[in-house]
This record gives sequence, structure tokens and C-alpha cells, in this order.
Amino acid sequence: MANREEIMAKVSELIGPFNNKGVELAPGTTFQGDLEWDSLTVMDFVAAVEDEFDIIITMNMQAEIETVGQLADAVAKLMEN
Amino acid sequence: MTDLLSKFDPLIQERENLLATGVKDPFSLVMEEVLSPTVAICNGKETILLGTYNYMGMTFDDDVRQAGLKALEEFGSGTTGSRVLNGTYSLHRDCEEALKEFYDMDHAMVFSTGYQANLGIISTLAGKGDYVILDIDSHASIYDGCAMGNAEIVAFRHNDVEALEKRLKRLPAEAGKLVVLEGVYSMLGDVAPLKEMVRICKENGAMVLVDEAHSMGFIGENGRGVCEEQGVIDDVDFIIGTFSKSVGTVGGFCVSNHPKAEILRLVCRPYVFTASLPPSVMATASTSIRKLMHSGNKRAHLWENSKKLHQGLRDLGFTLGTPEAQSAIIAVIMPDLEKGAMMWQALLAEGLYVNLARPPATPANMTLLRCSLCAEHTSEQVDQILGMFEAAGKAVGAI
Ligand SMILES: Cc1ncc(COP(=O)(O)O)c(C=O)c1O
Repeated sequence: MANREEIMAKVSELIGPFNNKGVELAPGTTFQGDLEWDSLTVMDFVAAVEDEFDIIITMNMQAEIETVGQLADAVAKLMEN
Repeated sequence: MTDLLSKFDPLIQERENLLATGVKDPFSLVMEEVLSPTVAICNGKETILLGTYNYMGMTFDDDVRQAGLKALEEFGSGTTGSRVLNGTYSLHRDCEEALKEFYDMDHAMVFSTGYQANLGIISTLAGKGDYVILDIDSHASIYDGCAMGNAEIVAFRHNDVEALEKRLKRLPAEAGKLVVLEGVYSMLGDVAPLKEMVRICKENGAMVLVDEAHSMGFIGENGRGVCEEQGVIDDVDFIIGTFSKSVGTVGGFCVSNHPKAEILRLVCRPYVFTASLPPSVMATASTSIRKLMHSGNKRAHLWENSKKLHQGLRDLGFTLGTPEAQSAIIAVIMPDLEKGAMMWQALLAEGLYVNLARPPATPANMTLLRCSLCAEHTSEQVDQILGMFEAAGKAVGAI
């Protein structure tokens, strides 16, 4: 099972193709404010994360996730279950 | 005091900026007179209507109007009550009978609007611990139904069969699952691959609800919608529809063959806690629905109109939402809101009304000029419409 650092590295890699502004990624980087993603980009990115880890991130969960770090935590938690 | 309306400042600003460019407010048009399903007077000018969803032109049907007048005379102007108290008249029951005949299904439940039908059915079916799986481009009423309920919500890419399948397979096998699809998506007028999608839902133990708002009366051999056209209507658990489009009045409904469907009347809050539709509306709806069962010729003409408009707009150089006409909605994609509003106004000046659609209602932040055809548009009117698009398109530099 992937550990937290591996998840973070993978998430950062998946953000790559969507990071049009070349924003420096940190756990506190926000998807809306820093990366300025619209809803369509969010959906494509979430689908990429879901496929990579073979999980489902429901819209209810997505509403709670604002930063890259929170996403990594959520992925880690979903992988445990 | 915090002004609770200050959160709308960006939108207020955007509107002001748009109006400052000299365009009229596209969201406050008034129809001064309505002459027929296809012609109204707007700003004192005779205007062809190409954005009403009045697909079958039933609003001025003689039998429909007569039935409404008779019911108004005999039953009065309103029911002043909920369907489960004093608000069910024989006419409401008869309207549900008409729906059962139309769809050849066992149960029908009439709501005050289609919006409420989605709101009520989705929020009631999918409870805590259940999952609703929906297309990302779903109508606002579907999203609001999800928001009102307590289920977990999972979205998948628009019309993507594989994305739906992957998500269904990842969900817990024992969890309750409701997949919500639309026959025709109203923004681009594209049709869903229901044949594959419904099969996948069944293989993965999910119940299926299909919103056929934009296909009723028009698509499928008996006008039952895309489910019928693609041969999967028997595998769909619930169909949601509206009277505000092909039926030509107002109201919403859910039809189903589920043996326990009747219990929904008692537990569905948007059905219980609102007044039922006026008797005249029920009479117009039943009459219209029964006439739509025998409207093969009108359906054929509506297809002709849709194909002709699609081909004509493509030939003029417009970018359209679908490669060919898949429904009676033809969406013209505009580069941005300002150009879209200019084109909308130029068309209105020519004497043509279309729907201007903008984010967030539209997918991918598109600005659309949405055209919906009517079976009562004559072939000559479609020629006229194309002439107006050419003149307006050239005037604002859209083509
Ligand atoms: C797909 C879809 N579902 C539901 C509705 C709601 O219908 P109604 O106008 O009856 O509330 C609409 C129309 O607005 C629609 O386009």
C-alpha cells in the first residue's frame, strides 16, 4: 500500500498536465484559488486521481477538499478502507 | 450588518458590463402577445419563436384549449390543496391514467413541475448510505435533487459509458445505487447512449432513472423517448418528464413499473408539501398527452425541420453542438457571452427569438444560442429563420 509521501508525489504528478499556470505545489496549494481550476478541470483531474488509485471521490467529499494536502489525506484514507 | 446579497456583486458587475456594451438584457424579454406556438409579438414586432421547447405545438391545439376551458368552468380555477389532502380531483387521476396509457406503464405520479419531480424522486429514492451516480452535465433539478437528499453523489464524464462503468464497479456491491441519466441533454441537444448505459447499470445492480423531458412526444416510435428509441424502456426503473415542453402546459411526472411505486406518494416531500396543479392544467395535459400518442406525422415533420435547420446553419458556417441533428434542439456555439448577446439581439431585431444560454447552466463554460424547433414551424419559416441567422451572423461578424 502506498504511503503518504508516495501518494503526495503521485497526486503532484497527476496535477502536472492541468497546471497551466506552472504553480509551485505545496500541501497548502488550493485548487480553486491557486490553480484557478474550473469545474470541468476539477472533474477531469478527479477522474485521473480516481483511476490512478482505483477509488471513488464522491462530490460530497470533493466539497470538503480545498488543498493538495487534503486531497492526499483523503486518498490515503480511501485506500485504507 | 453583513449584506447577504454582496456575494452576488461579481454577477451584478458582469451584467452591468454586458449592458454597458449596448446590448439589451437577454434575460428580461417580454412577449406582449402570443399568436401561435411559433409566433409572438416582442417589442411591438412580430417574432418567430425558436426557443420555447414547445416541440409539438400543443399550446394552441383546439381540443386542448377546449378541455382546459371546460375544466375551468366545471372545477374552478385551483385546487388550493396538496395531492394527498384536498388536491386530487378526478382530473388529476385521469391525467395519471393518460400517462400510464402513453408509456404503457403501471404507475404514474403527477407533480406540480418537472423540477419538483426530479427534486422529489431523487431525494426520496436515494437516502443515507446510498449512491446517486449522475452525468456531469445533468439538469439543475437533478443536482438539486441530489443536494436535497442524503446520498453520496458520484459524477461521471458526459455520456461516457466507460467512465460510468468504472465508477459503478468501484462502489460497494451491496450499497443502493441510483443512476440518473437524461435521454436528450438540453444544452447541446445530444442524445445519451442509453442502450449501453442501461445494460451496464443492470449488470452492476443499479436502479436507473431517465429524465426524458426533451424527448417525450417526439423521439421513439410512440414518442416515449430515447429509452424507447434505443429499446431499453423495459429496463428503466423510473422515467421523469415534464408537461412544460411537448405537452404544452405545466407540470411534471414520474412513471414506473415498480410494484411499490405508489408508496412514493406518501414519502416524497415535493409531492406532498405543495398545492396540486389547477384542474384546467390537468385537463389540457391529459388531452395533449392522448393526442401525442397519435402524432406520427407531426413527429416526422419535426424531424424534417430539425435536420433542415441543422444542415442550413452548418452550411452558413456556424459551429453547432452536435455533428448532426439528434433531437429538436440545435445549439449554436458562440465564442463568448458578449458575442452571444450581440448575436441574440441581432436575431431579435431580425424577428427571431432563440434562447441565450450561459455558464453555469452550460457545459464547458460555453455560450450558446439554443434553438428548439416546433412541429408547427413550416418549412418556409425554417427558410426564413436561416435567412435571419445569415443576416445577423454577418452583421455581428459571427460568420
Ligand atoms: C432535463 C430537464 N429536466 C427537468 C426540467 C424541469 O421541467 P419543468 O419546467 O417542468 O420544471 C427541465 C426543464 O426545465 C429539463 O430540461
